[in-house]
Amino acid sequence: MTLEFSQNNLDYSFNPASLKRNPSSPRTLFGLIMTGIAGLFTILAIIPLLIILVYLLGKGISSLSLDVFRELPPPPLVEGGGFGNAILGTVIMVGIGAALSVPIGVMAAIYLSEFSKGKLADWIRFATNVLSGVPSIIIGVFAYTVVVLTTKTYSAWAGGFALAILMLPIIVRTTDEALKLVPQEVRQASIGVGANDYQTVLQVVLPAAIPAIITGVTLAVARAAGETAPLLFTALFTQFWPNWDNLLVEPTASLAVLVYNFAIVPFQNQQELAWAAAFILVLLVLLTSIISRIATAKRTY
Amino acid sequence: MSNHDNRKLQSRPAIEKYLDVSFFWAAKIFALAIAGVLIWITIQVAIAATPAISEFGLGFIVTSSWNPVTKEYGVLPAIYGTLVSSFIALLISVPIGLGVAIFLSEDYLSPKIQRTIVFLVELLAAVPSVVYGLWGIFVLIPFLKNITPLRGPGMLPAALILSVMILPTIAAISRDAISNVPIDLRQAAVGLGATRWEAILQIILPAASSGIIGGIMLALGRALGETMAVTMLIGNANKVNPSVFAPSNTISSLLANQFAEASGLQVGALMYAALILFAVTLLVNVLAQVLVVRLQKI
Repeated sequence: MTLEFSQNNLDYSFNPASLKRNPSSPRTLFGLIMTGIAGLFTILAIIPLLIILVYLLGKGISSLSLDVFRELPPPPLVEGGGFGNAILGTVIMVGIGAALSVPIGVMAAIYLSEFSKGKLADWIRFATNVLSGVPSIIIGVFAYTVVVLTTKTYSAWAGGFALAILMLPIIVRTTDEALKLVPQEVRQASIGVGANDYQTVLQVVLPAAIPAIITGVTLAVARAAGETAPLLFTALFTQFWPNWDNLLVEPTASLAVLVYNFAIVPFQNQQELAWAAAFILVLLVLLTSIISRIATAKRTY
Repeated sequence: MSNHDNRKLQSRPAIEKYLDVSFFWAAKIFALAIAGVLIWITIQVAIAATPAISEFGLGFIVTSSWNPVTKEYGVLPAIYGTLVSSFIALLISVPIGLGVAIFLSEDYLSPKIQRTIVFLVELLAAVPSVVYGLWGIFVLIPFLKNITPLRGPGMLPAALILSVMILPTIAAISRDAISNVPIDLRQAAVGLGATRWEAILQIILPAASSGIIGGIMLALGRALGETMAVTMLIGNANKVNPSVFAPSNTISSLLANQFAEASGLQVGALMYAALILFAVTLLVNVLAQVLVVRLQKI
């Protein structure tokens, strides 16, 4: 009876074809167009990287030679020469930066992940993130007022100090993440067999996290090696080798500043060296990124 | 160390207790040092800027001359250039970055290809700024000269390179925000008959908006403070010019160009400019962090 009633008044007949995807409906077309745009944007985003890599390979490799690593920057229009002093200067300053920032950063991360709960750790993580957003040129200005103005000279130390501040947030963040990945049971087991807090951290937790921490430090080193702005008026630049007798308290060359200086001059021999130095910097970044990707891909404890 | 015959429990030696406590405090002091560095930077830059602040006051911000001879200093052109270059960069990279984020968080591609593209986009962020500048000088500017009225370095190439540099930030953080949206929301939308893109545009993007805006703010902070590539491409002309084909200036390029040779009051004026840049980027970054932290708590 009720069935009859409904059949009389309403058409419940169902056409299965209406469930089929209608390729010409505006909703389908809109989706297709949006997918196309998103895909296009993705391709568009990678193109600059590919173009830059192609140019670096083309111009960088052709300017590379063994002399580049052993000789001093040439004067304008003189063929040959290299940037051995800039490579050494970058190694020295990044070394100073790492020596300052790794102990501080790792200890700070140990506090964040092992010893603190609640508000203070949140605030320090917040400060770390904000510090990593401070423009590198401001860190250069800061290092200038702190080191250059007090010692009254440009030096590798001032450059290393500036790089240390740039590396600090990267090291804190990656170490913090690495320590968090170590399972809680490991700590409990360590305490259970009678270890102190510092013994647990130094002999059990830290060794377990070491590969990830080293990855983080490598990334920070690669980032620091490419930084130019903080070195412009802390380490400045020089055409000469670092002088160990001066304890490095003198202007010091670096690869990044060399690229800048030689990119803005009209002399072709120096421009070629700029491309070669840029190639080395990008190669460094590329290698460390790939290594860290492989290292973090299999991060199981 | 352990004496099996002696079953009595012994308290730890005093030296171990001291080591334990001092290790804790060392860690805590270093952690506080991170926040301390931020405060130290603020104080140092503010002190160094004081002579110029008392000399020029707030008029510094609206003055457009930069003349070491007459000792007149103002950063209006640099502030204009900083804001305009960052704005153009955002205009380009926000839609592209969002497109990348959506495309890579949907199931269009196999996970392997997806990871490769994510890696490539991340690499874009790792290329040193000075290398972008080098490439801009020798490839981008000559190319733009052929197809636009650009005659040399100027606002356009600087803003274009900036957009490439901040794109990874927007793409990566937006992608995180989108993939953090609970899958129930998407399922509910699709269950109600929404197509893929109706679900994305009307449900998923609004739900992820605070993270996306946080990512855009972070990118803005980076664009405002970016130095080397901009210094090499913008032409460093200290005047306000509405044309994007004209040379311009930013606060960071002003600092990069003049700091090493400056002396006396000019250093103070540069410090004042640095303080303005620091204050603005700090504000933008703090806002961005607040938004991104809120995202992580969802």
